[in-house]
Amino acid sequence: MTDVLAAKQIDPRAVLTGSSALADHSEGMSYLHSLPRRLVTLYLPLGIIMLVLMFPFYWMALTAIKPDEQLLDLETFSPFWTWTPTLKHIQKLLFESSYPLWLWNTMMIATCATVLSIVASVLAAYAIVRLRYKGAQWVGGAIFLAYLIPPSILFIPLSTVVFQYGLFDTPFALILTYPTILIPFSTWLLMGYFKTIPFELEECALIDGASRWQILTKIVLPLAVPGLISAFIFCFTLCWNEFIYALTFISSTSHKTVPVAIVNEFVDGDIYRWGSLMAGALAGSLPLVVLYAFFVEHYVSAMTGAVKE
Amino acid sequence: MAEAALGTRTKRETYPHVTAWDRLKVNREWLAWWFMLPAGAFLVLFLAYPLGLGVWLSFTDTRIGRSGVFIGLENYEWLWDDSVFWISVFNTLLYTGVASAVKFAVGLYLALLLNENLPFKAIIRSVVLIPFIVPTVLSAIAFWWLFDSQFSIISWSLRKLHLISTNIDFLGDPWTARWSVIFANIWRGVPFIAITLLAGLQTVSPSLYEAATIDGASTWQRFRFITYPLLTPIIAVVMTFSVLFTFTDFQLIWVLTRGGPVNATHLMATLSYQRAILGGHLGEGAAIATAMIPFLLAAILISWFGLQRRKWQQGESND
Repeated sequence: MTDVLAAKQIDPRAVLTGSSALADHSEGMSYLHSLPRRLVTLYLPLGIIMLVLMFPFYWMALTAIKPDEQLLDLETFSPFWTWTPTLKHIQKLLFESSYPLWLWNTMMIATCATVLSIVASVLAAYAIVRLRYKGAQWVGGAIFLAYLIPPSILFIPLSTVVFQYGLFDTPFALILTYPTILIPFSTWLLMGYFKTIPFELEECALIDGASRWQILTKIVLPLAVPGLISAFIFCFTLCWNEFIYALTFISSTSHKTVPVAIVNEFVDGDIYRWGSLMAGALAGSLPLVVLYAFFVEHYVSAMTGAVKE
Repeated sequence: MAEAALGTRTKRETYPHVTAWDRLKVNREWLAWWFMLPAGAFLVLFLAYPLGLGVWLSFTDTRIGRSGVFIGLENYEWLWDDSVFWISVFNTLLYTGVASAVKFAVGLYLALLLNENLPFKAIIRSVVLIPFIVPTVLSAIAFWWLFDSQFSIISWSLRKLHLISTNIDFLGDPWTARWSVIFANIWRGVPFIAITLLAGLQTVSPSLYEAATIDGASTWQRFRFITYPLLTPIIAVVMTFSVLFTFTDFQLIWVLTRGGPVNATHLMATLSYQRAILGGHLGEGAAIATAMIPFLLAAILISWFGLQRRKWQQGESND
C-alpha cells in the first residue's frame, strides 16, 4: 500500500486549528483580501452551508421541547421558536417507553463489539506490521478490501448464518457481527500507528530478552494510546450508527437498539408522535456528540487515518 | 569489575538447552498465526463465509425457514424481467451519481472555505462534523419531519415567501421523493468529505501559492494547477469510500420512504431487504445483493488505479 499521507503526517490538531502545515507562514497572502471581499467570498457561503448543516439539529431540539398544539399549528404560533417549552415528550420517552432499555442495549452492544474488535485488531495489526510473517502484505491488502465490503450485501447470508449459530434475537448476534465492520477499519488505522513507532525500541527490548507479548504490552501499546483512543471512538460511533444488522437480526422489542427501536416502535400513526420521536432522536445522538466533543482530535485523526493508505 | 564479568562468562561454556518449544516461541510465523487468529476468525466466520454464502444463495430458491435447492440463474432471469428491479438499479445509479458529485463539489468548496483564516476556526471545524457523528437513522428522522407533507417547515417558509401556493409533498411524489432523499444523503456526506479534504489541503505548502501568485496566477489557476493535482490521491480515496457507501445505502431510504411511493425510491439494498427479509425470498434478495458486487468492484478498481498512478508520479517505489 502506498503512504499517500503518511509521508506528510497529518496532525489532527492542525486539521482543527491550524490554517496550514507551516504555522510560521500562516499569515500568508491573507493581507491581499479586504474585508468586504472576504464577507462575500468566505463568510456568506460558509454561513449558508453551516446553517443548512445545523438546521435539522435545531429543528430536532425545538420539536422535542415544543408543546403538541404548537407543533401542528404553524399559523398561530411562530414555528421557529417557543416561549412555552415542555419536558412532556422527554418525560414520556424516559418513563413511559422502553427507551432507557434500548439506550442500555445500544451502549452495551457497542462497547462489547468495540472492545472485542480493538483487541483483535491490535494483535492483527502488530503481526502484520512488525512480525512481518510470510504474506503479511497480502493480508494487509485483504483487510483493506474487507473494509470495502458493505453490510448491505452481507445481511441476507449473515442472517442465515446467525440463525444457524443460534444467535438470532440475542445481543450476541450484533456483538459478534459488528466486528466484521470494525476490525478491518481499526486494523488499518492501528497499522498506520504502529508503523510510526521506532523499530529500534523493539530491538532494544528483544536484546534485553523481552518476549513479543511483553514488547506489545509494555512498549508498543503505551506509545499507541492516541491511536487506540481514535480507533475506540470511531468504532463506538460506527456501532451506534449501525442499522441494517440490528434491524435484521433482532426481533423482540426488549433487545432492540436505539436506531431500530425509534424507527419501529415510535412510529405508531399517532399524529402527536413527532415530539417524542424528536426527543428520542436527540437523546440517541447526545451521547455520541458529547463523546465527540471530548475527543474531537482523536476523531479527526481516525477519520483522516481511515483514508490514509 | 570488567575482569570479573569476563571471568564468569568464560566459565559458563554450556548454554541452557534450547528445546523445540523455545524455538517455536520465537518463531515469527508461529507467533503471527496466533496473533492473527482472533481477527481472522471473525473475518472468516462472519465476513468471508457469508460473502460466499450470499453468492451461493442467489443461485438457490431458499426462503425463510426452508433451505433451497440449486436453480441456476433462475433468480437472475426473474430479476431481468422485473421492472421494479430495474427501477431500483436506475435509482441507485441516480442516487449515487448525483449525491456523490454534489457531495464532492460542496465538500471541496467547504474544505477550501475552512482552510481560510477564520475566527473560532477550531469550533467551526468541529461543528461541521456533527452531521457525520449523529447516527444516520436519527438525523433521517429529523429529515422525515422536515419533509412532512402537512407540517413541513420548508413548505411553510416557501409559502410565507409566496414562492409556492400549496405544500410540497416531499416524500409522496416519485421525483420530489428522489430529490429529497438525495438531499438528505448529501447533507450527511458533505462533512466527511470536507474534513478529510481539509486534512489534505493542509499538507499543501503555502509557498507554492505565493510563488504562483507572484507569477500572476489567478485564483482559479491556483486551484486548478496547485490544489487539485496535490489533492488528487486523497480525493481518489475519499470518493471511493463515498461512492461505495452511497451505492449501498440503506438506512436513509428505509427511514424516509421505505422505497415508496410505489417503489420510486427503492435502492438495490432496500429492495433486497424487502424481498429477502420481509418477503421471505432469501434467494431472490441475495441475487439483488450479489448484483451490486460488480458495481462495487468497478469502484474499487478505479480507485486502485488512481492510486497506482499517483505512486508513479511521486517517484516512489511500490512497497
